Amino acid sequence: MKINQQKMEHIVIIGNGIAGVTAARHIRKKSDKKITIISGESKYFFSRTALMYVYMGHLKFEHTQPYENWFWKKNNIELKEGFVTKIETDKNQLLFKDNSSLFYDKLIIATGSKPNKFGWKGQDLKGVMGLYHKQDLENLEKFAPNKGVCKRAVIVGGGLIGIELAEMLRSRKIPVTFLVRETSFWNSVLPTQESEMINRHILEHQIDLRLNSNLKEIISDENGQVKSVIIEETNEEILCNVVGLTAGVSPNIDFLKNTNIACNKGVLVNLYLETNIPNIYAIGDCAEQTHPIVNRRPIEAVWYTGRMMGETVAQTICDKKTEYKPGNWFNSAKFLDIEYQTYGWVFSEQTKSENEGCFQWQHPSENKCISISYDKNSHEFLGINTFGIRMRHDIFDQWLSEKKSVEHILEFLADANFDPEFYKSHEAEIVTKFNQEMSTNIQVKKKSWKRIFSKV
Amino acid sequence: MKTIKYLGLGFFLVGFFIFTMAIFSGYFNFTEQELDCYISEKGYKSERLKEELLKSIVTDEKLSIFEFSSKVRATFETSNRHHEILISKYNSEKNWTKKGEEFQYKVSGKPHNLSFEIAKKAGKGFFKDQPTLAWWLTLGLGIFGALLFILPNVILLGKPVIKNDGIYNESATNRGFIAWLVLIYLVVFYLLLYFMPDYVVNWTFIFDPISNALNGGNASQWFVYGFLYCAIMLVMGARMYIKYRYNKYQIIRTTSVLFFQIVFAFLIPEIMTSLNMPGYDFKNAFPLDYDFFFEWNLKSLQNSGAIGLFILVWGIILTIIIVPVMVYFFGKRWYCSWVCGCGGLAETLGDPYRQHSDKSLNAWKLERWVIHLVLIFSILMTVVTLHCYFSGTSSLLGIKSQWIKDTYSFLIGAWFAGVIGTGFYPIFGNRIWCRFGCPLAAYLGFVQRFKSRFRITTNGGQCISCGNCSTYCEQGIDVRAYAQKGENIIRSSCVGCGICSAVCPRGVLKLENGPEKGRINPTKILLGNDVDLMKLLND
Repeated sequence: MKINQQKMEHIVIIGNGIAGVTAARHIRKKSDKKITIISGESKYFFSRTALMYVYMGHLKFEHTQPYENWFWKKNNIELKEGFVTKIETDKNQLLFKDNSSLFYDKLIIATGSKPNKFGWKGQDLKGVMGLYHKQDLENLEKFAPNKGVCKRAVIVGGGLIGIELAEMLRSRKIPVTFLVRETSFWNSVLPTQESEMINRHILEHQIDLRLNSNLKEIISDENGQVKSVIIEETNEEILCNVVGLTAGVSPNIDFLKNTNIACNKGVLVNLYLETNIPNIYAIGDCAEQTHPIVNRRPIEAVWYTGRMMGETVAQTICDKKTEYKPGNWFNSAKFLDIEYQTYGWVFSEQTKSENEGCFQWQHPSENKCISISYDKNSHEFLGINTFGIRMRHDIFDQWLSEKKSVEHILEFLADANFDPEFYKSHEAEIVTKFNQEMSTNIQVKKKSWKRIFSKV
Repeated sequence: MKTIKYLGLGFFLVGFFIFTMAIFSGYFNFTEQELDCYISEKGYKSERLKEELLKSIVTDEKLSIFEFSSKVRATFETSNRHHEILISKYNSEKNWTKKGEEFQYKVSGKPHNLSFEIAKKAGKGFFKDQPTLAWWLTLGLGIFGALLFILPNVILLGKPVIKNDGIYNESATNRGFIAWLVLIYLVVFYLLLYFMPDYVVNWTFIFDPISNALNGGNASQWFVYGFLYCAIMLVMGARMYIKYRYNKYQIIRTTSVLFFQIVFAFLIPEIMTSLNMPGYDFKNAFPLDYDFFFEWNLKSLQNSGAIGLFILVWGIILTIIIVPVMVYFFGKRWYCSWVCGCGGLAETLGDPYRQHSDKSLNAWKLERWVIHLVLIFSILMTVVTLHCYFSGTSSLLGIKSQWIKDTYSFLIGAWFAGVIGTGFYPIFGNRIWCRFGCPLAAYLGFVQRFKSRFRITTNGGQCISCGNCSTYCEQGIDVRAYAQKGENIIRSSCVGCGICSAVCPRGVLKLENGPEKGRINPTKILLGNDVDLMKLLND
């Protein structure tokens, strides 16, 4: 094995997040190539999305690691801790912060993202942090261990990470002010019905939600620590001990500045995830598609797309050149207590096009609602947002691929329900509303195992 | 609300303290008449025994249970040794008649059990005299306080959703100081219960009135245990109802285990006893019910007429037909987390500790060895026992029936299922027995793994590998390892508690019964990728 490996190509992956690790695993499945994963953040792979649960006391950090520590040695994947400072593409060589170097045959850049900072005054003070890296979690434990030390926290930026940070701090009863630039939470993505439901839900959790509010500056105390923030619109000063900057993320590629690897916001790649330099690839949050795939953004900072790119690039590296084809869009999140899943495309009122119709249903008292978008002309089903009701991925993927009509979706909605057993289902109410609005006469079909497994 | 909670905790601790201290209270002795009465009641024939007991426990001195116990045990030992010496003497003299006569003077039984029986008669003091008041001061106060501690959570926990905040920040649930104290208490409790019941005889006095009302006799240590078991399950069941009040699966499941414990495991056997029938737990299936085929049980069933015969037939049908058929349709969960008493305690008292099961691959390997060895052990024991029962011999292939039964009862029945199985909850998780030890679980596991409609479905590609499912799996299954690959979870050890599905933040897991076809889907490729990876891998 040892001798064999010396002859083997050396694949080096910078970044041990979901994209890099997935690539490594799939390369290992297909080959004996020498694999090294580099990380400056933590030796072992952990689930970034689970960091919040560590702070909330649901998990210990070790629980966020999907593989036991012996896994890497057993699969002959080398782990190297360190920060890459420079890539010498002409010599196929990486230089590290500690002045060591590493030779590669093929290089995969999977360095993920970093929190956005928009040049606010005071953005580098002590107590100002993003929520992305393991170190951010340690920082948060330091500056916001409890409501005694942290009397109030201000979160800037109303996206998925912002609301997660708010939930985290509230789990320790720390008062939170949540500055959201938009007129309603995440309404550039969510239709109004859903965005407003989340607004209400944020307030239910005693979070001081400030819509239409931007950060002007962060003010320091005498020790260089956060004392307060000033709001742009009102000049109001809010006293606080911690500021969470969660206004989105951008590719973490500063170390590529002086190389000949073509970058825009991210590392530019083609459909095969290849950069302009042969034998160098980029995947995950840091990759930017030169020609974006239909409806998708050029940079997708999503867990699932990172994983898929890892799977794809592994094929290419193992001499099976494969195009990145992410299939039907899906995503999920949890807004405080409300689970959210989406399949296909549902756009907000701001972004949707002329031909898109949207059928919506909302539960009269509970935090449950759905939005189904369809083509007004052909009635083709385009996508669904579901809040508080779990839906089956397989079924929606199949319906999207087969371009089923919106009427079909409603008729067979029970097949797609994925809530735990004995939960109350709402298909009848949903379809009744649809029938009223669309003057149709759809009868809900009972759940059928045969249909659910028809694909198998 | 917080005040009520802490007040409740205070009440609980006071009740708990009085209950614990009860062990040290009261005094024990006999008058001469009481001793005569006891000896004739038990039919002890040894004069030496009577003499020794007169010397040791007929006294005005107020003996503590510990003094009393050691005196009684010493007395029995002295008397038995006396007769043994005589036996060997007559033996060497070849005086067979005398030797044969001498045997009737020996008293058999475990020393602490003999001592328990006498102590039950000889006990005096508050707990003996005022059992009803004592009940309210211990159980009553404890239950009231615990409920006062638990019920405010309806409001304090906020919205009815999954709430695991702070579990790893609390000493009690993060293997801290409190957890270790609870472990020590539980272990000592089980050791006393199984091996030194006379030390806790004061507890049995508290339950005499209830026992008399239910089955017409005074309470044994097992009655105390049964009652406490039900009371603890009810109180911690209330906690389950509140914690998972939004989750109908958990509500129904909790109701089911409470019902089967209280009605089937406790009330029906007690009532049967009061009607002079053998007390039988109709849901307790062999080989978990390991002494079902023991000689004494078979004899007792034979002597109980029609009901005895019915129990015998039911017990056999339960194990070989009902249990596996139900596992085929619903998975092992129908038994392990809906019906079983061990499971019932694990799902109520044990719920706060579910995160401590070991998820490592090594633990899984150990689990498979140990649980299957226990299954083989239980079957071997039963084969030997039945062979000896029908053939009238005392051993099979050199294995003595009495020895193997005693060994199993001691190692598996008492130590594994009790002392370790429950005692270790706070540190090693709430399903140690069910995961590593239960032979019935091993048997059901085979059915679930190879011939069942049950599975935990993974929802396509939605898993984010967060690890909540694995962490809160009481059976130590690394659920995430399957979910993140888009595979369904088919594991023989899964008891279908449904918590993985409840804690998943992305709606990835669902327990369901469906067609066998497509149940196991290891070759399926994660959704959300148009590339057929498996095909590529297989090329």
